Amino acid sequence: MLELSDVHTYYGASHVLQGVTLAVGPGEIVTILGRNGMGKTTLIRSIIGFTPPRRGRVGFKGDDVTRWPPFRMVERGMALVPQGRRVFASLTVRENLEVARQSRTGRWTLPRVFELFPSLGNRARNRANKLSGGEQQMLAIGRALMTDPDLLLMDEPTEGLAPLLVREVGRVIAGLKRDGLSILLVEQNLPLALAVADRVHILSRGQIVHSSGPADLMANEAVKSRYLGVA
Amino acid sequence: MTAEFWITQAFNGLSYGALLFLLASGLSLIFGVMRIVNLAHGSYFMLGGYVGLSVVWRTGSFAAALVAGALAIALIGVGMERLFLRRLPGQTLGQVLMTVGFALMFQDLALLIWGGDPYTIPVPATLQGIVTAGALRFPTYRIFIIVVASLVGAVLWIVLDRTRMGAMIRAAVDDREMAQGVGIHVPVVSLGVFALGAALAALGGVIGGGFLGVYPGADFEVLPYAFVVVIVGGLGSLPGAMVGSLLVGLLDNFGKALFPELSYFTLFAPMALILALRPTGLFGRA
Ligand SMILES: Nc1ncnc2c1ncn2[C@@H]1O[C@H](COP(=O)(O)OP(=O)(O)OP(=O)(O)O)[C@@H](O)[C@H]1O
Ligand SMILES: [Mg+2]
Repeated sequence: MLELSDVHTYYGASHVLQGVTLAVGPGEIVTILGRNGMGKTTLIRSIIGFTPPRRGRVGFKGDDVTRWPPFRMVERGMALVPQGRRVFASLTVRENLEVARQSRTGRWTLPRVFELFPSLGNRARNRANKLSGGEQQMLAIGRALMTDPDLLLMDEPTEGLAPLLVREVGRVIAGLKRDGLSILLVEQNLPLALAVADRVHILSRGQIVHSSGPADLMANEAVKSRYLGVA
Repeated sequence: MTAEFWITQAFNGLSYGALLFLLASGLSLIFGVMRIVNLAHGSYFMLGGYVGLSVVWRTGSFAAALVAGALAIALIGVGMERLFLRRLPGQTLGQVLMTVGFALMFQDLALLIWGGDPYTIPVPATLQGIVTAGALRFPTYRIFIIVVASLVGAVLWIVLDRTRMGAMIRAAVDDREMAQGVGIHVPVVSLGVFALGAALAALGGVIGGGFLGVYPGADFEVLPYAFVVVIVGGLGSLPGAMVGSLLVGLLDNFGKALFPELSYFTLFAPMALILALRPTGLFGRA
């Protein structure tokens, strides 16, 4: 589904991603962990095309998509739930969903998104900036689904949410996996990350420093305390 | 000061504001979607006027002048955006230099083609009359300007506010990068908005040419007004451009009528005040 090989990404002169190689298979959830400022968002930006890598290759569904513009990625079946939600503030809930609609396979429609997130349906005519943080997160996820993706990039979808909502996001992610969606999930919430992941990578200073299954990481106190600050 | 004075001046201010709206709405949208400060926008107004003039001379048709002026300048706008401005994303200084450069070249070009004499675009006889209401006299042409600007404003508002295409444009204004991240072809949207903005400015130029005239220097004469409208109304906001145009049209008219020696003061002092109180303009967001 997604393969990155030796990806190097810069902001101007600052060399942030220093050779990242990873893969996400069909129907798989791969989780990226790592402390603040280690390059997780930069990795997501490199894949979707916001900050294309300077070196290395991004492959998606058999194509070399390394320097494709983001809207072509989306048309090919990649979707983004960005850090900080970034819903379109002056658009209504319905408009936020409508502008993202792609008519490729028709799997995801407005009614289906409202079925998944009933509170969005109730607030369809409200402006997105009037929603609560949790609702905005649901909207960001719904908006990504409207593009009818095969691969979902999620950047800290539980950041700043109350525990109840964190569990709700966890349920949604698990449900999407059952539907067969592939997900690359950046998460700082370790229990959630370990619960849904098939494989886990830890990013530190722009490099992958640990890769394993969730159970192995759970048991590896040394790695957890060194790279995640978990006692 | 009689009631007639106030009504007449308000009407004049309204019609001037209507003309400013044609000029400024495009400037505002272009800034909103592309974050480009287009200092050649006044040139589109002037060139539109000149193209309209030539078309009226050739064909005698004012309607043809409106269409041809708008289309010709839309093409110029498309060329500028595709070939030049697109290469300078996020580089404000480079964009300013480039658009000023274009404005100066357009000035030379206009002088070369149309010479230095001022002209007035001949308007159809039906638009030349005067509508009287009691002691009040309203030139038909100024009513025509108000009608055209209202129609343009209504269509723009419906498209922007009520259609999916309009929502895509607003999404690009809100967050250009994220708009691409949900699959919106932002470069195409930008090009369309740029062409539309140029066409509207040119439409204003042809219409303005029938009442202010077409002459060298018109470009840099209208540009500050357009910027005041856009800044006061809020960059990238259509309602802002509407309210800003009206405000500037009225202020300018009343300023010139009541305190002729202070006309810049009456225009720019309220602008400074509004900006001090609301740095993003009346309808703008940070
Ligand atoms: N636009 C930018 N320009 C320059 N440097 C940047 C930019 N964005 C991020 N950085 C730097 O790149 C490094 C990686 O940032 P990134 O946002 O990818 O981290 P992150 O792992 O997502 O952190 P967080 O958990 O806080 O979201 C940081 O040192 C950051 O300061
Ligand atoms: Mg981040």
